[in-house]
Amino acid sequence: MIQHDVVIVGAGLAGMRCALEASKELDVGLLTKVYPSRSHSGAAQGGIAAALGNSEPDSWEEHMYDTIKGGDFLNDQDAVEEYVKSAPRVIYELEHMGCIFSRTADGKIAQRSFGGHSKPRACFSADRTGHAILHALHEQLMKNEEKVKIYNEWYMHALIVDGDRCNGVVVSNIQTGEVEVMHAKAVVFATGGYGRIFKITSNAFASTADGVMAAFDVGIPMEDPEFVQFHPSGLYRQGILFSEAARGEGAYLLNGKGERFMETYAPSRMELAPRDIVARAEQSEMDAGRGVDGKDMIHLDLRHLGKERIMERLPQIRQLGIDFLGIDCITDCLPIQPTAHYSMGGIPTDKYSNVILDEEGTRMKGFFAAGECACVSVHGGNRLGTNSLLEAVVFGERAGKSVLEYAVGIDYGNVNEAQEKTRVLEKFEDVFQRDGSESYNDIRDEMKEIMMSHCGVFRDEERLKVCIETLNGLQERFKKGKVTDKGKLFNTEIYEILELGNMLSVAQLIATAALRRKESRGGHFRTDFPKRDDENFLHHSMVYGTPDGLVIKPKSVVITKHQPAERTY
Amino acid sequence: MATFRIKRFNPEKQAEPYYEEFQLEVPAGATLLDCMNLIKWTLDGSFSYRMSCRSAICGSCAVKANGHALLACQRQAEHIIDNDETITLEPLGNMKPVKDLVVDFTPFWDKINKVKPYLEPKEAPPEKERRQSQEEFLLIDDSSTCIMCGACYSDCNTLEVDDNFLGPAALAKAQRFVSDSRDSKTLERVKMLSEPGGIWDCTHCAECVERCPKPARPFDRIKEIMTVALDKGVHNNTGARHALSFFNSVKRSGNLNEGRIPVESMGFFNIPGLLSLLPVGIRMFLKGKIPPIIHHSIEEVDDVKRIFKELDQ
Repeated sequence: MIQHDVVIVGAGLAGMRCALEASKELDVGLLTKVYPSRSHSGAAQGGIAAALGNSEPDSWEEHMYDTIKGGDFLNDQDAVEEYVKSAPRVIYELEHMGCIFSRTADGKIAQRSFGGHSKPRACFSADRTGHAILHALHEQLMKNEEKVKIYNEWYMHALIVDGDRCNGVVVSNIQTGEVEVMHAKAVVFATGGYGRIFKITSNAFASTADGVMAAFDVGIPMEDPEFVQFHPSGLYRQGILFSEAARGEGAYLLNGKGERFMETYAPSRMELAPRDIVARAEQSEMDAGRGVDGKDMIHLDLRHLGKERIMERLPQIRQLGIDFLGIDCITDCLPIQPTAHYSMGGIPTDKYSNVILDEEGTRMKGFFAAGECACVSVHGGNRLGTNSLLEAVVFGERAGKSVLEYAVGIDYGNVNEAQEKTRVLEKFEDVFQRDGSESYNDIRDEMKEIMMSHCGVFRDEERLKVCIETLNGLQERFKKGKVTDKGKLFNTEIYEILELGNMLSVAQLIATAALRRKESRGGHFRTDFPKRDDENFLHHSMVYGTPDGLVIKPKSVVITKHQPAERTY
Repeated sequence: MATFRIKRFNPEKQAEPYYEEFQLEVPAGATLLDCMNLIKWTLDGSFSYRMSCRSAICGSCAVKANGHALLACQRQAEHIIDNDETITLEPLGNMKPVKDLVVDFTPFWDKINKVKPYLEPKEAPPEKERRQSQEEFLLIDDSSTCIMCGACYSDCNTLEVDDNFLGPAALAKAQRFVSDSRDSKTLERVKMLSEPGGIWDCTHCAECVERCPKPARPFDRIKEIMTVALDKGVHNNTGARHALSFFNSVKRSGNLNEGRIPVESMGFFNIPGLLSLLPVGIRMFLKGKIPPIIHHSIEEVDDVKRIFKELDQ
């Protein structure tokens, strides 16, 4: 049995920031199914938000209002307030650690405009801000290697709980296939999102809901799963990200007729409206036959920005266009489409990153979550660009502090090692024993297809019901999948199967919550209920697993400073 | 229809690696990684490799294709198919294979760790950000694009014969801090990097620049560290002395004084070092390969001197 005071699962921005904090007084084990530097935080391009006011006067109050309006008033405002107030401090700390930032003429951190933010608030490092922060945090961990033990390429299978207390996790080493129990006083999940359930997504192969489902499996509800963000500029067909920074720097969106169609949808903010609005505008244009060449394709036009600015501010995405499409955005338009990007929902936590068990906010002892896998909720129904890197850093640190408050001086809980290991070994055995009449690849493709077409940018009752039915069928077929590799050594096939199981389950939660929310708010849009309905739905959805199936209960939204108002741009 | 010739290795089943061929219709616009996934998901689920982001930023999927390291997600398959309609896939070089295309990255990360890859600031931080000019940022801009994919490490010719060499990725990472205006340990860093296994062991083949999928271009970064080391007066090592001797010889005479360079590189007072040159010298003498004792300048030496003078200004 491996023992650490605290085990953190996930080594992206939230996990590593948490590790740095918790290791001040505790012995930390940091687990990742890839390597820290391979975490998906590194794919974030455009920036990290903070009201530094380095290029225009700005304030945390404005950042707070923009975030709440962007989230369609579903955000918990007490959490948002603490979050935006912390922003400048945590970014200065990153700079002090050595993170590199693009600079203004007077040497300050440079800031650019982003969708839904009323001021240029995105601090950036060219167009690889996530990568810069990820590596800066990894550097700090390498500096503190005696305090934080990193487990590269280990997979987390299950939480170990005893009543309302969390005592560790069951894991396995991907390289050797060995199953181990990690005994801990506290566990932190920083496991990221689950965009892989959609056909078109910007997410990495690793973004598969492992953390959310491990929590759900021990009886923790999932909060707001129906809110999924579609990013307006995914590379056509591949879905990989072309940063919103392109629009922040002034790029246009053009339909098949060459029109800047955002004029119709958000005349005051145009291309820099929040992502949900822009993605819906694109989808509407394509659905009306005004996509480029009649396809599900929109043009991102950077040509007027000029070579110099593109090379200085957006060199990486220019290279992506050249490598993946053979298109140079200096001279030609980039073909894009909406791509599943971010999950606003997740493991419910309070603003101290402590995981909660119900709509009353009852705490689970010794279990914390931060970053995309958590739902605090600072983003409400739709997250603004550059607010996610901020979330990961702020709540990663916050989780670390909460772990210190909780775990210093307490004893380890009881764990039955053999029993916990057996549970996971049986899971493996179950996969190996299946009759092999179905292809996991087909099941995965069909899941991605139905989630995109029936539970995507636009939803309605009929399509959601079909989606749920289809997912039920896929769950059955999943139990008969064919496995080729039964070895222990670096068996990537078996992990892909376990991930697919998690994805099928989370897809059910999303579709079920989407069916029940009969209104349109933020990233959740029902064509049969196209208006926001504060009277009936100004609340979070808490989805519980019960013996009788999924049960959804409302959890009230914390409103402090800003009453819900009409949301136009 | 293209043939993917893949080097398979699974020590659980068979001690020796072997090549296996898969036929695949390459979809239009498919990346090499897309093709690898099609093979894994539709032909052989046991085919193992690393992957994650699909957008050339996580550094997971570096492999050797047709003999050279690259990022599988970054390249269109049709661009790397050779004349025989074949793509040969092998694991990265200079690291131990674990299974199929998966290699053991431990030595790679150990060497990254050796260069103290973190900022050692000059003083306690100010309340807000430290100031750094855009020009200072540009000095570390390229090296900070490194994604630790290992492509340079795989194809490094020095590493192939010398395990002790820190390798291109670690040295590029080192430059990231050597040239950071916020760092206080520049001298200590370049001293450490001038030791055996460091910058002067690079053979300047620039293979790492060819293989780097990002603008990090390790050899360019190594040259930048060399410049800083020489500027800081870190000359007390064979590599620096060799470079300076080379420089002075050209400056004085317009060509290389091949008799003098080995002696100056070793150091005039380095008796054991000089003695170690003797056997080579004697063999060269016997084969008539000893350069002329009296070194002559080239005819246009004044032009050379003028160039050096202008460069000095």
